[in-house]
Amino acid sequence: MNTPSSASPAAGCLRIPPALEAAVAERIARYPQPRGAALMVLHALQDHFGFLSNEAIEWAAARLGVQPMQVLELATFYPMFRQEPPGRFHFKICRTLSCALAGSLALHARLCDRLGLDPASHGPQTTADGRFTVELVECLASCHTAPVLFCNQTFCEKATPEQVDRMIEECRSAPPEADGS
Amino acid sequence: MPNMIQERRIILEHLDRAGYTPDLGCYRRHGGYATFERCLALEPAATPEGQTLSGPEQIRLEVRRSGLRGRGGAGFPCGVKWSFVNLDSDRPIYLICNADESEPGTFKDRQIIHKDPHQLIEGILIAAYANRVHQAFIYIRGEFIEGARILDRALDEARGAGLLGRDILGRGYDLEICVHRGAGAYICGEETGLIESLEGRRPYPRIKPPYYPAVLGLYQCPTIVNNVETLCAVKHVAAMGGNEYAKLGVPGDPGTRIVCVSGQVRRPGYFEIEIGKATLGQLIHDLAGGLHPGRSLKAVIPGGSSAKVLRAGEKYKLKFARPDGKEIEREAALLDLPYDSASLAAAGSMCGSGAIVVLDDSASAVEALANIAEFYAHESCGQCTPCREGSLWMHKILQRILRRQGRPADVDNLERIAHNIPGGRTVCAFGEACSWPVQSFVAKFGDEFRQMTAPPP
Ligand SMILES: Cc1cc2nc3c(=O)[nH]c(=O)nc-3n(C[C@H](O)[C@H](O)[C@H](O)COP(=O)(O)O)c2cc1C
Ligand code: SF4
Ligand code: FES
Repeated sequence: MNTPSSASPAAGCLRIPPALEAAVAERIARYPQPRGAALMVLHALQDHFGFLSNEAIEWAAARLGVQPMQVLELATFYPMFRQEPPGRFHFKICRTLSCALAGSLALHARLCDRLGLDPASHGPQTTADGRFTVELVECLASCHTAPVLFCNQTFCEKATPEQVDRMIEECRSAPPEADGS
Repeated sequence: MPNMIQERRIILEHLDRAGYTPDLGCYRRHGGYATFERCLALEPAATPEGQTLSGPEQIRLEVRRSGLRGRGGAGFPCGVKWSFVNLDSDRPIYLICNADESEPGTFKDRQIIHKDPHQLIEGILIAAYANRVHQAFIYIRGEFIEGARILDRALDEARGAGLLGRDILGRGYDLEICVHRGAGAYICGEETGLIESLEGRRPYPRIKPPYYPAVLGLYQCPTIVNNVETLCAVKHVAAMGGNEYAKLGVPGDPGTRIVCVSGQVRRPGYFEIEIGKATLGQLIHDLAGGLHPGRSLKAVIPGGSSAKVLRAGEKYKLKFARPDGKEIEREAALLDLPYDSASLAAAGSMCGSGAIVVLDDSASAVEALANIAEFYAHESCGQCTPCREGSLWMHKILQRILRRQGRPADVDNLERIAHNIPGGRTVCAFGEACSWPVQSFVAKFGDEFRQMTAPPP
């Protein structure tokens, strides 16, 4: 069960650095049964690789002692997991009631407009150059500072259209090697 | 202004004060962990009836006496829930702190986690010690990335200070607390869905009976699931004593609770009040700054997005106990409703998760409901046909109405669908949660819906 990553054939092309390997093992050890750590392991993998590839899912399955299918069904159920790489700058805008009343849908439309994406589409959309992903998400539990959004891990409260424009500019002028978070 | 209502901050006492920081040193300087230390040192004590109660039994008794109700949404009495746990079982007993906080309009748990994580940890320690728990989890929603980091840091500090781990404070008690992150699915807030998720499965809720967590929970073991705010309240019950705590609030709904007010008000925010001692009007006007200039009130969603909407101008019949014990009935307008479970129930709604969303006359009832319906269509776990299909149909019909492509029969269809989802046809209470807004909005703002679906002249 807890054999090294070579246990699954496809995992061969996956490079898991020792620090990640150790973090995963440490996570799994906290649970009464390894499978319990599934979400934490998937978060760790997604944080590292940016998305969950089939190889990553197989690797996780081997670690958790379950079939790859049983990990895949988590990756496809939970909205935070992705099976494709997102844009380098990932905007998540709250669309739920208090934020919508404060203009969040207009912010989303503005972002889409500026980036050439479809304002009517609520799900994740990525620009052709792979720089930006924009999506609407549900209530982020900060309704008193509506409208709110994430740009990567930066949380922005009481967001204004001008601020959103500035954020796009900053992202566009970010040096290529920075990760933007 | 005379009679302005004041907050009654107990859980939130320190957390917004200048200089208050979320680290252990600051928490300790403000008396933190003293209650837990006292709990851990409780000697067996004799009751007037001649029974001897262990320390943990005394804590459980205080929580039962307090009458504290859960703050996660269902409002179930905490002490009663704990009493369902079989403490003599040879299986481990688990405690899960529900920090999934995903009910639209609710944002109190995040504040506690960010600004006073040790208060939550102390509450978990007390609840765990009282119920023979040695492994606890904090299930925190995936989007609270910073919150999870703050909790991990706080837990490390507590471990370093001997407050967590093996042989806590040298008194022979062991407890581990593990922070577990969700990944963006609302249904993980439902306690049995949460448990499935924590076992590494899709969060499909389990059917009750038999899967009441206190009886058959995590890994089929007895499991206590309590909300973040409930566990903080437990700390204060332990500090004050159950009878003292019960003097706050109103009979049947004691204590304080953190009410989140958002939507179209001037100063949206979170306010801790004595339950039943502030009215909706005082919450909205005195605490949340009232409506924007020139606006009038249209509606209030009083307890999270699933609570039935209340329309401005409605009158409700409330029952009051007179000092001599006799019950009298009084009529109350929307803004005169005291914020407590019984009053909100008499108005046909609920306090739910303590989240008030205010709509003024600039808001469209159809748009507001369509927004809520989209949430539920997105978040249904899909396990039960009435919920999966019904929530999606309601969402699609409402989108059609918004695009002005609605048909006159759509209003009746919405009512019929919303009527056919709840009532024991689904595994979990999400069925009710997605139906109540549709039922209430259509019943109360039917004219707006009909106007938007009328055939063009
Ligand atoms: C669809 C649904 C979503 C829920 N979401 C939450 C939530 O985000 N946080 C929470 O504490 N309770 C939530 N609950 C209530 C929990 O199932 C459970 O009753 C609660 O966590 C128990 O804790 P308490 O007794 O301390 O309130 C939800 C319930 C349902 C039916
Ligand atoms: S009622 Fe809805 S959310 Fe609950 S189990 Fe059924 S399908 Fe899932
Ligand atoms: S509605 Fe956007 S944070 Fe709650």
